Amino acid sequence: MEIVKNVVCPFCGTLCDDIICKVENNEIVGTINACRIGHSKFVHTEGAMRYKKPMIRKDGEFMEISYDEAIDKAAQILAESKRPLMYGWSCTECEAQAVGMELAEETKAVIDNTASVCHGPSVLALQDVGYPICTFGEVKNRADVVVYWGCNPMHAHPRHLSRHVFARGFFRERGRPDRTLIVVDPRESDTAKLADIHLQLDFDRDYELLDAMRAVLLGHEIHYDEVAGIPKELIYEAVEVLKKAQFGILFFGMGITHSRGKHRNIDIAIMMVEDLNDYGKFTLIPMRGHYNVTGFNQVATWQSGYPFCVDFSLGYPRYNPGETGANDQLQNKEADAMMVIASDPGAHFPQRALETMAEIPVIAIEPHRTPTTEMADLIIPPAIVGMEAEGTAYRMEGVPIRMKKVVDSELLSDREILEKIVERVKEIKASK
Amino acid sequence: MEHIIKNGIVYDPLNKIDGEKKDICIRDGKIVDSVNEADANVIDASGKIVMAGGIDPHTHIAGAKVNVGRMYRPEDSKKDVESRLAGKRSGSGFSVPSTFMTGYRYAQMGYTTAMEAAMPPLLSRHTHEEFIDTPIIDHAAYPLFGNNWFVMEYLKEGDVDSCAAYVSWLLKATKGYTIKIVNPAGTEAWAWGGNVHGIHDPAPYFDITAAEIIKGLAEVNEMLGLPHAIHLHCNDLGHPGNYETTLASFDVPKGIKPNPKTGSRDAVLYATHVQFHSYGGTTWRDFVSEAGSIADYVNKNDHLVIDVGQVTLDETTTMTADGPMEYDLHSINGLKWANCDVELETGSGVVPFLYTPGAPVPSVQWAIGMELFLLINDPGKVCLTTDSPNAGPFTRYPRVISWLMSNQYRSNLIENELHKWAQRKSDIATIEREYSFYEIAQVTRSTPAQVLGLSDTKGHLGVGADADVAVYSFNPETQDPSSDYMALEEAIQNATCVLKDGNIVVKDGVVVNIGIHGRTYWIDTQLEEGIYNEVVTDVEKKFKQYYSVNFQNYPVQEEYLPRSTPVNGVML
Repeated sequence: MEIVKNVVCPFCGTLCDDIICKVENNEIVGTINACRIGHSKFVHTEGAMRYKKPMIRKDGEFMEISYDEAIDKAAQILAESKRPLMYGWSCTECEAQAVGMELAEETKAVIDNTASVCHGPSVLALQDVGYPICTFGEVKNRADVVVYWGCNPMHAHPRHLSRHVFARGFFRERGRPDRTLIVVDPRESDTAKLADIHLQLDFDRDYELLDAMRAVLLGHEIHYDEVAGIPKELIYEAVEVLKKAQFGILFFGMGITHSRGKHRNIDIAIMMVEDLNDYGKFTLIPMRGHYNVTGFNQVATWQSGYPFCVDFSLGYPRYNPGETGANDQLQNKEADAMMVIASDPGAHFPQRALETMAEIPVIAIEPHRTPTTEMADLIIPPAIVGMEAEGTAYRMEGVPIRMKKVVDSELLSDREILEKIVERVKEIKASK
Repeated sequence: MEHIIKNGIVYDPLNKIDGEKKDICIRDGKIVDSVNEADANVIDASGKIVMAGGIDPHTHIAGAKVNVGRMYRPEDSKKDVESRLAGKRSGSGFSVPSTFMTGYRYAQMGYTTAMEAAMPPLLSRHTHEEFIDTPIIDHAAYPLFGNNWFVMEYLKEGDVDSCAAYVSWLLKATKGYTIKIVNPAGTEAWAWGGNVHGIHDPAPYFDITAAEIIKGLAEVNEMLGLPHAIHLHCNDLGHPGNYETTLASFDVPKGIKPNPKTGSRDAVLYATHVQFHSYGGTTWRDFVSEAGSIADYVNKNDHLVIDVGQVTLDETTTMTADGPMEYDLHSINGLKWANCDVELETGSGVVPFLYTPGAPVPSVQWAIGMELFLLINDPGKVCLTTDSPNAGPFTRYPRVISWLMSNQYRSNLIENELHKWAQRKSDIATIEREYSFYEIAQVTRSTPAQVLGLSDTKGHLGVGADADVAVYSFNPETQDPSSDYMALEEAIQNATCVLKDGNIVVKDGVVVNIGIHGRTYWIDTQLEEGIYNEVVTDVEKKFKQYYSVNFQNYPVQEEYLPRSTPVNGVML
């Protein structure tokens, strides 16, 4: 058995890079340090069906074809389409995303990633009011107050708490006892059970609670007995903790980005963090889901100036979320072809978007059988980044780490597939 | 491919050529003595200016905070766009253009080298990824050392040798180029929401002052024989009255002997965007220019070179590793604040800023920058920068050059557009000096090349230099830059012809070819093995406890440097 150390986990935005993989006969058979989700991704315990050959749908049935044929077909679809949509990107590496941006430009496509259905509101908010963040190590070494708002890392980012709350840091030698943990969640989640203060607010009342907390911070009194279902005494107590923090951190998830108010919730959360810097140090970090959702936003930004919802139809990048997002394109029936890569909109998009997907040609660059591949006309399976292919990924707060290749695969990587499609699209366009 | 640039009027200060008619011959990407004229491509430069490719020694073009600047300001991206054309990628952004656009825009102005001035070591892979997508220009990045825990601890113990070993390791691990120091001790204080004031105010816990950090790192710089001097962003940036801190900081490394293993610099200190550090008064009410005091110091001392950080009077995006300063700025102007504190290493901030010409403070800031340029006698001590995009985007360099060459251009601005404070609080209206083309070539070519330690191959047109050449359609024999300043600005904004490594990349102001990828310069030094290994072991131990990434996953792999160009310091 071979042991591979310092492997980076290709699951969530925590991007743990201390995984040890046990390898036998070019297969990962076990892991050390990984959480249960990460472990099952590495060893494929979940009976996932893996595609080994590209497939095309003919008369309703999938037929195996060669990579060359699949790439040619994909290029034909994209080259012939008037308004192609390229969506996904969050489970692949940055070099592939960079080629994807070029492909979008070449085909005058709209390109968007999963942020538009998760932390898109956070992006809109940071464009409104700012983005005061820090890296994980700062939290570990300095934080004496940690807030989780609208997220349940015990389930979604299982090692997040052990790395940032329970871990001992330079100025927090005892780890957990040196920190106050506040959890804001309408549910009695497993994360909330660990909290020193659990603000169990009414569902969809995040904005009101934040507004009340800011008011208290700015020296006002609360004139009601409770706000958002929280007694005012508890709000005073929580605000006092925040004010006294030497180094505070707000982690926030989709419980706040997608409850009523959406990006306005994040606006006011960011402004509260800014206010808190009048007292001590306070920053925030969005709890990003896919391991490289952040990476796509970085790549798209440095190449086009915009993090997601980028429209190349005019030959230069345009950005108008609400018009140029994946769901806007599908629900408004603008997209006439779609390429999905490294994500599963088939499982997550609303009905109206799926109706369009069912009507237009869909190319799926996807290793496994998913609801998206069920709707696809063409499936091109890649090697899985972080296990079978290398490349860069950005941790949720922007730290770039190089994903490792642990075992070999005969399949092409996402990047290689995309490069071939770009090349073929250029040939097709040149021949016209 | 061979080229001959014929009959141009050449300005090449490193070779003491001041406006001579001269042919420049190019073969295999280098300047050579002669080429076979029958085979060579002839570029007619009659009545045109020929200079080496421009060098920007301090700009922010790639990396985490730069990308935050792009990401959180779609309103800026909308102001300028680049369309996809054959062989070229699209892009957007006025104050912070996207990567491809950055390469094109530098090249269009005849600039062929640009240095990213602030790279948080933990995020250095990001900077290099953006470099991969930045075409044409040669580049390097400056890792931040001034608030680094290892540096502060070694220097506190007086262990300069271990500090040198650490610096050597980190330069290699990040593929970085120089020792960048930003608000030493202050950014560490910012991790707790504080700052330091002046060079004798210690960082919390680490109990070390800016003066000690600057001194120690300047010694380390020369021990390692690095090509560039320490690159210092002084404490108290942007505070009225900060010129005293600036002068005190300048004095700290004085007396240390320069020891570059490559190149030929004399300076042991490179002080950056000094415009932001030349303020008198005590508040924004009694704020005045102290550019005169600073210029006087630079005139009397030979151990330093500065760049200006000229305000261009635009709406722009400020970004720096000086975290507390950006928070202060946000408190003043109320515009959106981005921040990123980086564990054990540094911090950073980003805030938009409007340098409105009719507003009092920006007018004086503009005047202070101009005063520095015009009151420092020797252009061998000054580099032209706007600390892009902090005081204005690099695309305004042609305008800054025209201001320097035309008193009339400046006077019109002072009289008609600037707030009266520009005249009342500075001496700018009384200064009539105008730069010559030779002096412009100094502040944009030879001086940066020399102080960066790259003057063997960069910043001049002598035999053996890299064939990076700019040709501008302005005829100094028939046109007077003093009165024809608009034509000059236009000529520099859109160079007639630019060659990079011997390939024509720009013709008539348009990028026609991106040539080969730019070099990434980085520093390779070798210290005595015993101490080096000891330090690396110490670093690895602390990594386990205090970093959030594994030691083995930290160094930037060779894959991130498509054209890796190591520069040697001390090699044992």
